[in-house]
Amino acid sequence: MPIKNTDPIDLQRSSNTESDTHDSSLEESAGFDRHTIRYIQRAAATGLYEIRGLGAKRRVPHFDDLVFLGASLSRYPLEGYREKCTTTTLLGTRFAKKPIELAIPITIAGMSFGALSANVKEALGRAATEMGTSTTSGDGGMTAEERRSSRTLVYQCLPSRYGFNPDDLRQADAIEIVIGQGAKPGGGGMLLGQKISTRVARMRTLPEGIDQRSACRHPDWTGPDDLVIKIKELREITDWEKPVYVKMGATRVFHDVTLAVHAGADVVVVDGMQGGTAATQLAFIEHVGIPTLAAVRQAVDALEDLNVKGQVQLIVSGGIRTGADVAKALALGADAVAIGQGMLVALGCNSSTYVQNGNHALALDDYHALGTQPGYCHHCHTGRCPVGVTTQDPVLEQRLQPKVGALRARNYLQTLNMELTMLARACGKHNVHHLEREDMVAITVEAAAMAGVPLAGTRWVPGLN
Amino acid sequence: MNRQGAVSAAVFDLKRTSVREINQFLHHPLGNVTHVTIENPDGAHNVAVGVNQPVNIEIRGHVGYYAAGMNKHASVQIHGNAGPGVAENMMSGRIDVKGFASASAGASAHGGLLIIRQDGGLRCGISLKGGDIVVGGNVGSFSAFMAQAGRLVVCGDAGEALGDSLYEAVIYVRGTIKSLGADARIEPMSDYDSAAVASLLGQAGISASARDFKRIASGRTLYHWNADANQEY
Amino acid sequence: MCGIVGLLIKNPDLREHLGELMVPMLIGMTERGSDSAGMAVFSAPVSEGDRKLSLYCTDSKFDWPKLDASLHARFGMLSLEIQKNHAILQTAAKPVDIRTWLRSEYPEVHVLSIGRAIDVYKDVGLPAAIASRYAFETLRGTHLVGHTRMATESAVTPKNAHPYTAGEDWCLVHNGSLANPHSLKRMLEKHGIQFESDCDTEAACRYLDWRLQGGEDLETALHHAFRDIDGFFTFLMGTQDKLALVRDPFACKPAIVAETDEYVAIASEFRSLAHLPNIKSAHVFEPKPAQIYSWSV
Repeated sequence: MPIKNTDPIDLQRSSNTESDTHDSSLEESAGFDRHTIRYIQRAAATGLYEIRGLGAKRRVPHFDDLVFLGASLSRYPLEGYREKCTTTTLLGTRFAKKPIELAIPITIAGMSFGALSANVKEALGRAATEMGTSTTSGDGGMTAEERRSSRTLVYQCLPSRYGFNPDDLRQADAIEIVIGQGAKPGGGGMLLGQKISTRVARMRTLPEGIDQRSACRHPDWTGPDDLVIKIKELREITDWEKPVYVKMGATRVFHDVTLAVHAGADVVVVDGMQGGTAATQLAFIEHVGIPTLAAVRQAVDALEDLNVKGQVQLIVSGGIRTGADVAKALALGADAVAIGQGMLVALGCNSSTYVQNGNHALALDDYHALGTQPGYCHHCHTGRCPVGVTTQDPVLEQRLQPKVGALRARNYLQTLNMELTMLARACGKHNVHHLEREDMVAITVEAAAMAGVPLAGTRWVPGLN
Repeated sequence: MNRQGAVSAAVFDLKRTSVREINQFLHHPLGNVTHVTIENPDGAHNVAVGVNQPVNIEIRGHVGYYAAGMNKHASVQIHGNAGPGVAENMMSGRIDVKGFASASAGASAHGGLLIIRQDGGLRCGISLKGGDIVVGGNVGSFSAFMAQAGRLVVCGDAGEALGDSLYEAVIYVRGTIKSLGADARIEPMSDYDSAAVASLLGQAGISASARDFKRIASGRTLYHWNADANQEY
Repeated sequence: MCGIVGLLIKNPDLREHLGELMVPMLIGMTERGSDSAGMAVFSAPVSEGDRKLSLYCTDSKFDWPKLDASLHARFGMLSLEIQKNHAILQTAAKPVDIRTWLRSEYPEVHVLSIGRAIDVYKDVGLPAAIASRYAFETLRGTHLVGHTRMATESAVTPKNAHPYTAGEDWCLVHNGSLANPHSLKRMLEKHGIQFESDCDTEAACRYLDWRLQGGEDLETALHHAFRDIDGFFTFLMGTQDKLALVRDPFACKPAIVAETDEYVAIASEFRSLAHLPNIKSAHVFEPKPAQIYSWSV
């Protein structure tokens, strides 16, 4: 059919076979894009900040921007099976009588009972035990399920002190003093009323069904000079047996790690902005804290500067997803990683199905009821997790059975570990802790600058040369 | 140490024995030792922390931070002043500070009774989770901040922002209150309140009339995120 | 990240023991800060025309006698008392001239303080080592302000150690963390005030000195500080004849005071005061937030 110049609509229709959304007469604003418009409309409707779960969703420089320089003519790889690659990891050697020995350098990050169901805590504990690694309690205290199922349990001491008590402290394998987390450095815990069930309320000494407001500072100390004394108190109470970790959301990492070491930490845990949460204000998640990539580098620099690398260990968290991420974190200088969100995804977070009586059941309707879809869901704060992970609802929590969850979590950890050792071998290492930053280059300028490794194909490290 | 007789006492001098040794002693089965005296604390930190048995401990002097921290079952008398965080996270037992207490006294205490004969400092009873605190003198600003459960009885005055962000803990004040915190409000004293105050004063051995106290409790308006309520977070 | 100590001797007969009384106070603050320490001591003012400058050099091999000779050659009559990394210069020459000359001829020498009554010592290392290095126990005077520091940078230098001084016979130590130091610094720099470090405390020190130079008394200056300075702080300050103490309205950083007829002593923790004479009968109290306490010689 001949194209008439006077008919612009016809022109477009004949030349453009795509849908209306790609119609070039529609111009979206980069500043006031659909997400921003929705944000403003929501604020106008509710008069309250938006609260959601998970971590920063926007793209930031991350481990994906680093690549390994595998074996070549100048560097020789190890064979896959006979040539062993050690993954044993020792944490807390500085002051504790009983340091933690892990079989793999991949731990499970602190997530609260309250944010998660009891079944999930048990599943994670079982998986960790099978893989020879640790789990961590969260902002709600220690559950019997977790202590029973997890062979190595790190007990958090948070600003809220919900459920914190000396009996659980004595039962723990390590103590983690939480100053902040990557999702919300400077903010306190949050749990909305729909998740404050009878059991959660009792553990946290809160009325059922209310929206929990938490402190952002510790009640009995402020600052590293007081932290010295607090760490000593916890050591005294536990007879100097257990390693003390100090966890911080990544902000002024170099200074904070230095101060944590001065204050007496055995292990420093640094959580980047990609770190998740079950509920906090959107403004915190996306706009406070620095990317994990930038944080690792600063943390390692601080430890090296103080000459305590090897004495004080570093655990890195915040968006660790794959074996490659683990390997890269170790290569940059971390002794171990902690995984939160990744573990939940392994259990079914954002999956379209859950397991019921050995079969997969569709959860799509429940996602839609929340106004979302699998792959996009961040509605942990609602307590209506379609796959029974971040919920206290007695019906929903049955969708994640400990046995099924444990198997999935364990498989995930095993895969990560296999990838880690494979990459280490490819770089010629018989011990994953021998990975070093010189094994990598960056494929973007930002990543090169943040990680302090050269831009691929050049000798250039922005900021250093 | 007296090994003869059914009941025994132990005496430690912090000028010669370390805090660590004393705490280790207190953490192990005490046999027939029921009374422990600790002399010359001179502001030492972490004295008698994590005790987990019903022993009587007398500390003769001023202590530093976290004295009797996370106490369970023990009865501790401090014949002097206490630094920050005395009896923090106490689970049970009785701590009696004869002098004044510094900031965060009884922070996050779940149970037991903390008595402060003179003034309690700033943030007295912060994050309280079920313990009871009786103060013979005044308390400083931000006392009972985010206090969730338990009772704070103040025979003197209270500073600024009393009971800011209060949950279910109840505060009784005899003197003046400089200012109330967010969601804290003065409510009429019921018979139940009067009885509670009388009982706590009796346990502390402080003579005062329950009638003279005001009850401060949570208005419960911050319990749910509510845009219309003009709440301060 | 610090410990602070302060001491003012009311009884003139005790002033020769100022140093003796201070040393255990400083050592008591070692755990709060073990990287470096500083001490400002105020003693009987030198004559009107003279000024004292406290000088410091990190290099332990620095040739102080050579500096002495050069100073004499350039400025004439003066005295230079040298002790390890530190020297006290007393001179009738203008301090600003000495400063300028030092900056160009001996940039490795830092001027720690200027005044008629003040001497300031700063060095790296444990408080006990510093006290012994400069024979703190022999110091005499009316009052002092001291500090122990937990460093946030690896290079522990005197530029980043307290007490901070500005102008003459004025110093400040700080326990806590300020939230808007950079804005304060930029504002003060616009008024021609020069900074030597990035330390937040220097901003507070120069801010208060700026207000004092503007004619305000210390109390008024501190009232302005509550409005303009954001963050957590316990400030301990010294002038020629006064010791002053203030805590911010949230008062998260500790401070304790012990007062008798003979002295008033201040520290971050009681254990630094426990050894003082008659401490058992002293009036021991915690300063209230947002309230200015001062004691005059």
